[in-house]
Amino acid sequence: MTTKTVTPHRSPVTPERESLWYLVHAEWTKFRTVRGWVIAVLLTIVAITAFVFVSSDVSSSCVSSSGPSACPVQPTGPGGLPVLDAFYFAHQPVAGNGTITVQVTSLTGQVEVGQARNGAPQMSPGLQPWSKAGIIIKENTSQGSAYAAMMVTGSNGVRMQWDYVNDTPGLAGRMSASAPRWLRLVRNGGTITGYDSADGTHWALVGTATLPGLTSTVQAGLFAAGSYYESRFCTFDSNFCTRATGVFRHIGLSWPATGWTGTNVGGPNFGVPAPGTLRQSAGEVTVASFGDIGPAVGEAYGGSGQSLQRALAGTYFGLIPLIVVAAMFITAEYRRRLIRVSLTAAPRRGRLLAAKAVAIGAVGFVAGLVAATLALAIGTPLLLRAGPLAWPVSLLTEARMVVGTGALLAVAAVLALAIGTIVRRSALAVAVVIVVIVVPYLLAFGPLSGSQPQGSGPGGGGGWPLQITPAAALSVQQAVPQFHQLLAVYPLSNGYYPLAPWAGLAVECAWAAAALALAFFLLRRRDA
Amino acid sequence: MSLTARVAPPRYLLGQALHAAAAALKAEWTKFRTVAGPSWLLAGAVTLTVAVGAAAASAARCQSAKCGIDPAMVSFTGIDPGQAVVAVAGVLAMGNEYSTGMIKLSLTAMPRRLTWLFAKAAVLTAPVLAASALAVAGAALAGRLILPGHGFTPAHGYPSLTSATDFRAAAGAVLYLTLIALLSLGLAAAVRDSAAAIGLVLGVLYLFPIAAAVISNPPLARHLDQIGPMPAGQDALATTGLNSLPLTPWQGLGVVALWTAGALLLGALVLRSRDA
Repeated sequence: MTTKTVTPHRSPVTPERESLWYLVHAEWTKFRTVRGWVIAVLLTIVAITAFVFVSSDVSSSCVSSSGPSACPVQPTGPGGLPVLDAFYFAHQPVAGNGTITVQVTSLTGQVEVGQARNGAPQMSPGLQPWSKAGIIIKENTSQGSAYAAMMVTGSNGVRMQWDYVNDTPGLAGRMSASAPRWLRLVRNGGTITGYDSADGTHWALVGTATLPGLTSTVQAGLFAAGSYYESRFCTFDSNFCTRATGVFRHIGLSWPATGWTGTNVGGPNFGVPAPGTLRQSAGEVTVASFGDIGPAVGEAYGGSGQSLQRALAGTYFGLIPLIVVAAMFITAEYRRRLIRVSLTAAPRRGRLLAAKAVAIGAVGFVAGLVAATLALAIGTPLLLRAGPLAWPVSLLTEARMVVGTGALLAVAAVLALAIGTIVRRSALAVAVVIVVIVVPYLLAFGPLSGSQPQGSGPGGGGGWPLQITPAAALSVQQAVPQFHQLLAVYPLSNGYYPLAPWAGLAVECAWAAAALALAFFLLRRRDA
Repeated sequence: MSLTARVAPPRYLLGQALHAAAAALKAEWTKFRTVAGPSWLLAGAVTLTVAVGAAAASAARCQSAKCGIDPAMVSFTGIDPGQAVVAVAGVLAMGNEYSTGMIKLSLTAMPRRLTWLFAKAAVLTAPVLAASALAVAGAALAGRLILPGHGFTPAHGYPSLTSATDFRAAAGAVLYLTLIALLSLGLAAAVRDSAAAIGLVLGVLYLFPIAAAVISNPPLARHLDQIGPMPAGQDALATTGLNSLPLTPWQGLGVVALWTAGALLLGALVLRSRDA
């Protein structure tokens, strides 16, 4: 009799079953074969897309206290950008190429602090950071025409600015009578170059502006603008709350001098409360004015146009079903004990978690991509009914909004999966993720965020709830820009977020990465 | 002689019904208190509500007489996230029956399904009411201690932070949290799945105020603030500017109560008509 050794059968572990993509495919099969989950993700797409019809209802946005009124129009500059363009301009027409040079010996400012008994604004000395005076070459004296300017500012040193959005620093430091500033603009065709100097002999290049299509005859001269300033004491527009006074000497023009003409640019339209003034004495010209020259964004935008971000306002409606599915993607395994089968088939637990994250992240990304594309396609024409957008949106920005929404949803799904792995209970996981993503947005409208101090400059509304929580990722949908040279309030309700687009998304990624790391640690350590 | 004993047909008397209800209450209470989860959840709700409320009070500043900030709304900011934990407790009270399969045993023992649902709701109400009272008292106390140092003084138009209006707001907050727990219980009975139910509850709570904040149609936004349970509940917490609210405080609480009644009714209908 011979004994026969029977070796128990073992199915070989084939290399492809060890691979991550095999597991991803398995997880994808789990996802697509649960009808409720597929329906929930479709609901995500439908919710984001359908909310466009609610959020783009801007037909009644021009209702004043006395009933429907004509929507205000914001002046537009080159490229259709909404701009602020109201200042006092002492100018003369000049033809062809040439140079204007000036010495600025003083810049002082006044700010409105209240009203006198007769209703007249009460001014008190106070120079604002972006109060400005200097030289400017401008196509003509109408609002929104192309320009380039060299200027001395309240506390931002010498700057060269052109075409409303461009700003380049020159000499830093505060100027005074003992330390005056020399400014020069050189026109050569459509190019204007700015120089500055502390002594009038040693000149430094500040910037070069290209103004396409600049006419041969332009207006060159001196200007002052008090700068945009938001304060509850402003009797009129925030544009007319501060006044700057610049004193100029040693004015040199390479063109034939014809004498200064004073014009309040944009004056009649805006009803300037106190027009600018021009005083000429021996060797000295003084220009004083309210107003500002720059982009009209944030609270400074007075038109009826909307931010394109409004078309994606349904994101939260889509996030909730997606979060439920993503959390259940793991918690359902615990509830049905499927986790034991899954871990038997894929004993490398980290790899299983990674496969799950890839699968649900991809589902979230595609859902966000499709939903954002549809929402922008439907929402753009709806928003344009109220007039041109609050700021023109480039194709690149639209692509960032669409891809960013996909990423926002994908990372939220991975975060929900990680929290689900950590707490292993559906209801708790869903609640935790919704609270950390949705509640900060609600708090951002409340007192917790703190009101933005006046004139604090760019930074956007919402405060810390939208800076340190996963809700910061919403900034990836911002469609309107902020400018450091405009100290306006940038409110959340106008589509401004406190963080830069990709920085906000990075905050959400950091949360998801931390949660995933903890989930990985716990999944390896605990019994299933 | 017949070998089959006749079973007397059941006669439902009022006394028996009361006895059944009392037995159901006792059974549900035993379930509730012998599981650790609900106590942890309610403790978490209290902690979150008080902590976030204290943080909000520390961040709030009233610099002038017309700062227009409602101190009660600041103190009760913690209810925004805190209600989510209360909702989880409400959802799990019903959802755990389904997820563990306990529902079959429960309904075998207590075949009168509505009596059972009533007992579950009653057993949930008492501890949630107590926890809410604790959370609201803690948040109000934190606000009372912190806010006067941050400009909420009589000089700025806040003569007292313990007036009758403040007590009404605190009572409103306690009732609001309790109603949210019952709303969650009702929706969980209707949906029969914890994850879907909590998604639904938090969607109903949070999406109304978000929609009202992002739309630019003021009449529609006001309507959303009137019909949504969370914005309506916020009206019950207000102590200043009551005339400009979309609803009066008690109307606001009434709207929440209507939502809760609707959810419980829906839950009862589903429970009665479907197999467990």
